[in-house]
Amino acid sequence: MSEPMVRAENVHKSFGHLEVLKGIDLEVRAGEVACLLGPSGSGKSTFLRCINHLEKITAGRLSVDGELVGYEERRGRLYELTEHRVCAKRAEIGMVFQRFNLFPHLTVLDNVLIGPRTVKKDRSAATVDRARALLDRVGLAAKESVYPGQLSGGQQQRVAIARALCMEPKLMLFDEPTSALDPELVGEVLDVMRQLAADGMTMVVVTHEIGFAREVGDTAYFMDGGVILESGDPRQVLVQPTHPRLQDFLSKVL
Amino acid sequence: MHLVDAPTPPVSHSGEARTAPPALDVVPVRHVGRWIASGVLLIVVAMFLHTLFSHIPRNGNPHDSRFEWNVVGHYLFQWSIVHGAIVTLEITAISMAAGVLLGIVLASMRLSANRQLRWVSWSYLWFFRGTPVYVQLIFWSNLAWIYPRLSVGVPFGPSFWSMDTNSLITNLFLVAVIGLSLNEAAYMAEIVRAGIIAVDHGQSEAAQALGMRRVQTLVRIVLPQAMRVIVPPTGNETISMLKTTSLVGAALGGGGELYRAVQNIYDLNYLIPPLLIVGCLWYLAMTSVLSIGQFYIERYYGRGIGVGPAPLTLSQTIRRSLRRTQRPPMPGAPS
Repeated sequence: MSEPMVRAENVHKSFGHLEVLKGIDLEVRAGEVACLLGPSGSGKSTFLRCINHLEKITAGRLSVDGELVGYEERRGRLYELTEHRVCAKRAEIGMVFQRFNLFPHLTVLDNVLIGPRTVKKDRSAATVDRARALLDRVGLAAKESVYPGQLSGGQQQRVAIARALCMEPKLMLFDEPTSALDPELVGEVLDVMRQLAADGMTMVVVTHEIGFAREVGDTAYFMDGGVILESGDPRQVLVQPTHPRLQDFLSKVL
Repeated sequence: MHLVDAPTPPVSHSGEARTAPPALDVVPVRHVGRWIASGVLLIVVAMFLHTLFSHIPRNGNPHDSRFEWNVVGHYLFQWSIVHGAIVTLEITAISMAAGVLLGIVLASMRLSANRQLRWVSWSYLWFFRGTPVYVQLIFWSNLAWIYPRLSVGVPFGPSFWSMDTNSLITNLFLVAVIGLSLNEAAYMAEIVRAGIIAVDHGQSEAAQALGMRRVQTLVRIVLPQAMRVIVPPTGNETISMLKTTSLVGAALGGGGELYRAVQNIYDLNYLIPPLLIVGCLWYLAMTSVLSIGQFYIERYYGRGIGVGPAPLTLSQTIRRSLRRTQRPPMPGAPS
């Protein structure tokens, strides 16, 4: 079996004296959907942000597709990667944020195209076609010349997914993608993610949607206080939890 | 304990929108204070307007025009005045352009992770905001006293090329542009910095997550959004700069800008108030044009942001009001 897409070994992260991650171990295989659950402040979003080096880990080893994130190991020493190489790695990892973070001064189509255009210097017509196809796939082909401010939250988040996909990533990170949405709009975003998972995309999803994790997730990780308390098949872990903290958590969110 | 022991019984609603009853017929409140204030103001304005066209005995003439409009009209389009206005516009344009560019650099330095860059930028601002621009202008015109020669070469070593500072600063136009743009850069740096930090941090995070480098993120994502915050105060600065150019003539005794041109005339004929009016009319005309330009720039950078549609341009407003007068809406028609 080849290298896992994401491998974390005893990952720690501190902000000053505050230790947010206290030893995370996990492996996400290619094509797997891993769901991270847990109360707010448990460190799940911080861990997700470490995967594309938006946060630097303070100890442990974290690698994506067999290469360390943000560092290079030569003769037993870690060397920080140049900005150029960090950016090249990030370009292979898509990320979707809780608050969408679409670029308000660009139209929907330009939002989807700005990654390929600026990062890959790709201004080809084929890429424009791909962007349009992606907007069609998330059900927003008719909105390509509209500005994000004119869209609903659910529509904005679907554009954000298309924007990330247009970079043709090998891994997608989702940071509570439905937490800022009206309850009526959650379904349309989850549908897009469900479709993406069915197409074989490797996904790490921080979510509070227990139903989605049970239905789509291959593995569920329950985090609290900077550590993983329980993990496994979501259809088992999230139905018959063994750890009392997870039992308590599920009784409150369900 | 429950105050109501029976639960509210369910009520069925038709769920359909109904036609509205006739609009409310209301007698509005009378604002007596407003009427009195308007009346008093109207009288004051009328008195001022009257003085504009009244006559007084002066210069041995029993009926001299109080404002000497004939003198104003005579000098308004004289070539020396028009030329002064052109020089004023040139100094303003060049100094603002240089000030904005240097301001962006200083703001980026101020927000840099590099402590030395932050410190240099802070010191620059401290000096140029902390001293009067009038004094700075005079200082630059005396630069040769401190640095008689300007040269390019090895630091603390031999020089490859040098020039006499005096040959540079005898060009008063150049001194004006150097002095005004260096001073302006300090103010623009703070305006640009305010614009950059007003952009939500999630924007640069999303750009970084796509793989954009820091400079790309600044140029493609952050600055275009910061422009919405940067443009209005920059418009102010431009208008302010246009008027500050009048210091050049006073500080350097030359430079050829508008106020100096006005002064050159009234120094000879002593018709000071009408010539000052000539200058003010030109300054007002130029700042008015700048305000219109600012409106269109703000409209451009406001796209995609805000709830309503973009504000109407002048031609759109005229067209819309023409349409309204041509076809008055039917009473009771939905608006």
